Amino acid sequence: MISRCFRGISALSRHSCSLILRGLSTASASTSEKPETSRINLCTAVNEALAIALENNKRALVFGEDVSFGGVFRCTAGLLQRFGKERVFNTPLSEQGIVGFGIGAASLGCTSIAEIQFADYIYPAFDQIVNEASKYRYRSGGEFNCGGLTIRAPYGAVGHGGHYHSQSPEGFFTHVPGIKVVMAGGPADAKGLLLSAIQDPDPVIFFEPKMMYRTAVEEVPKGEYTIPLGKAKVKRKGTDITLVGWGQQVAVLEKAAALCLEHHDISCEVIDLRTLLPWDVAAVEDSVNKTGRLLVSHEAPITSGFGAEVTATITTRCFARLESPPARICGYDTPFPLVYEPIYMPTARKIIDAVQHSLKY
Amino acid sequence: MALLRGGREKVCQLFKSHTTRHSSVSHRCFSAEPAPKESDDSITVTVNPFKGHRLEPPSRDVQTNKKELLDMFETMVRMRRTEIAADLLYKQKLARGFLHLADGQEAVPVGIEAALDFKDSMIQSYRDHCTFLGRGGSVKELFAELLGRKDGCARGLGGSMHMYKREHNFFGGIGIVGEQCPLGAGLAFAHKYRSDGHVAMTLYGDGAANQGQLYEAFNMAAIWELPCIFVCENNHYGMGTAERRASKSAAFYTRGDYVPGMWIDGMDSLAVKQGVAFAKQFVLKNGPIVLEMDTYRYHGHSISDPGSTYRTRDEISGIRRARDPIDHIRTLLIENNFAEGSDLKKREKQIKREVEADIEAAKKSEFPPIEDLWNNIYKDGLGAKLRPIEISKPKIQL
Repeated sequence: MISRCFRGISALSRHSCSLILRGLSTASASTSEKPETSRINLCTAVNEALAIALENNKRALVFGEDVSFGGVFRCTAGLLQRFGKERVFNTPLSEQGIVGFGIGAASLGCTSIAEIQFADYIYPAFDQIVNEASKYRYRSGGEFNCGGLTIRAPYGAVGHGGHYHSQSPEGFFTHVPGIKVVMAGGPADAKGLLLSAIQDPDPVIFFEPKMMYRTAVEEVPKGEYTIPLGKAKVKRKGTDITLVGWGQQVAVLEKAAALCLEHHDISCEVIDLRTLLPWDVAAVEDSVNKTGRLLVSHEAPITSGFGAEVTATITTRCFARLESPPARICGYDTPFPLVYEPIYMPTARKIIDAVQHSLKY
Repeated sequence: MALLRGGREKVCQLFKSHTTRHSSVSHRCFSAEPAPKESDDSITVTVNPFKGHRLEPPSRDVQTNKKELLDMFETMVRMRRTEIAADLLYKQKLARGFLHLADGQEAVPVGIEAALDFKDSMIQSYRDHCTFLGRGGSVKELFAELLGRKDGCARGLGGSMHMYKREHNFFGGIGIVGEQCPLGAGLAFAHKYRSDGHVAMTLYGDGAANQGQLYEAFNMAAIWELPCIFVCENNHYGMGTAERRASKSAAFYTRGDYVPGMWIDGMDSLAVKQGVAFAKQFVLKNGPIVLEMDTYRYHGHSISDPGSTYRTRDEISGIRRARDPIDHIRTLLIENNFAEGSDLKKREKQIKREVEADIEAAKKSEFPPIEDLWNNIYKDGLGAKLRPIEISKPKIQL
């Protein structure tokens, strides 16, 4: 049983085991009754969010490479048929053009929902995002803005993606004031966060964990609901150490936490940041003030990854409370490898090892 | 439409009845008309006419001979079998990663290599298996690379999308669409700087033809008169989007505007050879040129794309019937009495067995050592080490 768990965790076969996320809906519903839910996967959750956005906002547009026939991950399936080709359309293969065009349309009041087919391809658009989208409001003294822009991109390892279908580029974008960066960690979160991102008055980059499109299934509230940006979520309460992650890495942290309790009697608190820019400093600070220990984990290479930001900020705020040095369990400082992916990945095993080390400090 | 001669006409009529809404796909049939032989072994073949943009295209009559045709036939058969075998390996999950097959497009690398030599540089995007074989790569190296073994051409580190061959100036094997175009201009610059009389070939697709950096490369190559042959391998679909829905102008050989260009029937390796030989002389004197190879891929964009959601099976089989590059050369060989149909079939079976043997040999190769995870990031390593706990299992498995 134990060895099966370990094998199940190792990054390679992770994508082949169905991740059934336990948990209730995360809707911030104001009513006291539980909203109606349906059991769907992350891809369908994203699809529902897009359909709701297009339905409620006549100026919403969905565009990107191959989105018309449903997209390479099927997230835009059925949208063309429902909303027509004036609003759901393919772009040529030009990432820089896609984002620039999206910024322009947003400046004139459209809600541009642009898709970058894989986050690995976002770099030609980097200039547009950093120099145009993030600075439009600022440099015009508030006269203009492109808040209606949302860029969606599937990110993360899939087990065999290699250099150009596995990257986690969130670190580059958290360094840019003026945009927001959101990482969905599951279907219910994805739908609520995406709707928030689309409605947010600032440009947002929304990363979707592609490995979870089909494997993550849970009860997702029907209809429209939003999850506020900038708010983290405590996925699992604990007392000995705080584990912080985002996107598909949260599931790895949860698995590691379960095993820590089962085998080492260590109680881990797991926090899903959900939004990286701006990030919920208070939530992590409160948690670390309780536990006294911190571990941050992400797939992107460790040097200058977003884990560095979390670590530095929390160390400053909780210095006197910390019982051990904060740990970072991340990808190595290498290009995302093809053959070596199982070794490269920040697996639950490495996290458990670091947790034990932290407790013994 | 096209020039139909003799028996081809019937085939083309048959094909026309299968015309689909993707009428932008060129269904030219071969216009090869065997001329009387000058000697026992050499012949002149008339190919489909070239189309020129700001230049006078070369003659449609191509000199060839028995040996060249046999070589072309064998190389293309080997390429075709390799692609089909790669497909199977992926379906068996022995090879992983992403896979982009080029079966149907074999005439392009074969024709190019007939006109260039290995001192000319070549760079391409990820649909690179056939190009790698054309550049002198071995089938065993290719499969070892697909399987992630250390005898692969990139030592197992790259996989399908990153084939390289340094000795023959094949610079890969690039993942991001369009990224290779400014690099190709740079390669051409190096050739000019060294005055070595060689050229750089930069291949990209119809999807990439809308990437901004391609036009930056055109401008630089033109201003500095670099010996760069830009080649648009137009297989009419960028992933799942037909060319006419992605490009305002699908006449890719004219998209260089001030850069002269030429359209070539990319399913006919002889037409490709003629066009590229002309292009090489052209760029050494005049600066860049844009060649458009009108070609077609039978498989989908990648292994996860069935290839039939955005085009009909009739279209695929129709093009296969009318324009398959291997069948074309086979017909020329038989009609000119250079080989018997049965001999060619025997040779094909033999090549199939050789490819299978190469796959078995590749499977026996070892995985690269763990240390290769951090080698070759910088020239001199930064002293990386790996603790045992970091390696849960020493065995690498795709």
